[in-house]
Amino acid sequence: MIRYLLARLLTFLPTFLGVTLISFAFIRVLPGDPIVVMAGERGLTEERYAELYRQFGFDQPLPVQFWNYLTGVLQGDLGTSYVTKRPVWDEFFALFPATLELSLCAIVFAVAIGLPAGVIAAVNRGKLFDRVLMSTALVGYSMPIFWWALLLIIVFSGNLGWTPVSGRMDLIYYFPQVTGFMLIDSLLSGQDGAFGSAVRHLILPTIVLGTIPLAVIARQTRSAMLEVLSEDYIRTARAKGLSPLRVNGLHALRNAMIPVITVIGLSVGTLLAGAILTETIFSWPGIGKWMVDSIFRRDYPVVQGGLLLIASMVMVVNLTVDIVYSLINPKIRARK
Amino acid sequence: MTAGPDVRGTVPVRQGRLAEFWFYFRENRGAVIGLYVFAVFVVVALFAPLLAPYDPTEQFRQSTLLPPAWAEGGSWAFPLGTDPLGRDMLSRLIHGARFSFFVGIVVVVVAASGGILLGLIAGFAPKWLDTLIMRLMDVILAFPSLLLALVLVAILGPSLTNAMIAIALVLQPHYVRLTRASVLSERTRDYVVAARVAGAKLPRLMFVTVLPNCLAPIIVQAALSFSTAILDAAALGFLGMGAQPPTPEWGTMLAEAREFILRAWWVVTFPGVAILVTVLAINLMGDGLRDALDPKLKRS
Repeated sequence: MIRYLLARLLTFLPTFLGVTLISFAFIRVLPGDPIVVMAGERGLTEERYAELYRQFGFDQPLPVQFWNYLTGVLQGDLGTSYVTKRPVWDEFFALFPATLELSLCAIVFAVAIGLPAGVIAAVNRGKLFDRVLMSTALVGYSMPIFWWALLLIIVFSGNLGWTPVSGRMDLIYYFPQVTGFMLIDSLLSGQDGAFGSAVRHLILPTIVLGTIPLAVIARQTRSAMLEVLSEDYIRTARAKGLSPLRVNGLHALRNAMIPVITVIGLSVGTLLAGAILTETIFSWPGIGKWMVDSIFRRDYPVVQGGLLLIASMVMVVNLTVDIVYSLINPKIRARK
Repeated sequence: MTAGPDVRGTVPVRQGRLAEFWFYFRENRGAVIGLYVFAVFVVVALFAPLLAPYDPTEQFRQSTLLPPAWAEGGSWAFPLGTDPLGRDMLSRLIHGARFSFFVGIVVVVVAASGGILLGLIAGFAPKWLDTLIMRLMDVILAFPSLLLALVLVAILGPSLTNAMIAIALVLQPHYVRLTRASVLSERTRDYVVAARVAGAKLPRLMFVTVLPNCLAPIIVQAALSFSTAILDAAALGFLGMGAQPPTPEWGTMLAEAREFILRAWWVVTFPGVAILVTVLAINLMGDGLRDALDPKLKRS
């Protein structure tokens, strides 16, 4: 077990180094002079240019520059935004709760519907319900979510007027951010209607972001269940006369859950990619929208830092999933 | 199937394999429907100028934002209505098929050929080179694909060509991993050892002996990344980082139509339906391909 953990960690480190190398290289391969790009100032004088040249460490050899960047990153120094003049690190963590709240809601939505749907489809394999459900799942999986978002806005915000079009909270409410989660902060504030407003703002983005994970989870649950249902011990359980609910729900689902949990864990990357589109459409003030805005504003330190933080996050989650997976499934450890 | 004498590589068996493939593929009704829809999509893409009633950029200034023919105020001159600049929606959608088809083909060819080559090298190379290639792929996979594509396009400059390069680069690691995994499981088989003993050089071993036997999962992956490429290119177009207006690319059309969503549902609905139907058809086909090509799943 410890050998597996060490081996897995050993692949993590070079990958992390590679990711930092890419974000280090990013600002240097942009079209234009990197000094001008990094300074974000127009009409630099020659002295100012020389000063910045030294300040950014361009007078040093590339490996030294990379080493300085790497040690800076490990100490939480990701540079400063041109636009807000605030450290990238602070901006990221100010906006991250919004993305986390939306992503958590989306994954809860996806699991709450996808898991039972997959189980029911597997148990009723080949019947009408199974076919309808799996066709729907494939449609969801093929969905261009930016278009899906626009359709939902047309129906639920335009025609029915049930949900707001953008943001996280109606402007009439104001309360201090305690946790950064609107659902919790609005309750803590004790203002009438604030919690309802937070929920209404969350509904459409949650559905949009959760659609693809929902389809993936439903399909994965179904195929994992089908595999388990054909095992001998399930037949034994049935032959013993256990109720179908007990066989399917307890015996089968428990073992089918292992691949499903992996899929859920690995959907973090999907969620973050989806957050880019979802947050842009719903003006959701999270890191997805922050990245897109920064790319358009040419706020390169933010793009550089955000890229590194997001990739690191995906890597840490994948590492955790792998380790947890190897803990609950000894077969994986043996194979490596 | 019973395991007969190994006569792989002779022509009649190839035909038999194709027939067998079709036998299993036909079983999956969704896959067959997907194939037909995809065939229509390809025909539309290839013959767009002949099929489209108008030029996709021609503006009819007297008839802007005309609803579809069956809706009130619509006209059969513009069956699916017109956009805010008075351009015919149907013509734009038909021409849009060309861009999506082109994106799919180019991305799959670039990503697959690069990925297969790297995967073969990784599978046959000494350990250090294998490790180097695979860690490099891990690095690419650590970034959410759309984000990496977005940043690459920001570096290269927004255009459809750059979007395709970015998407191909992002999809490539999947091919590398698949190819390498297949190569590793094939490399120690008797037929490979026999070819090696018979004096086959490394390139021959890689491309002639081993590669044809690794193709099944790669073909399935090609179908899936064809649809991913269309989706991602549309997403980049929607964010303003793909094809630029007035190109009738479906995602770009959606971006242009965004401000009209509450006034003119058709300018938003139809490009999305086009994307969804195309991607869905390809995914249905991909499912059928996997069932037909993967012997493990043939029972189910």
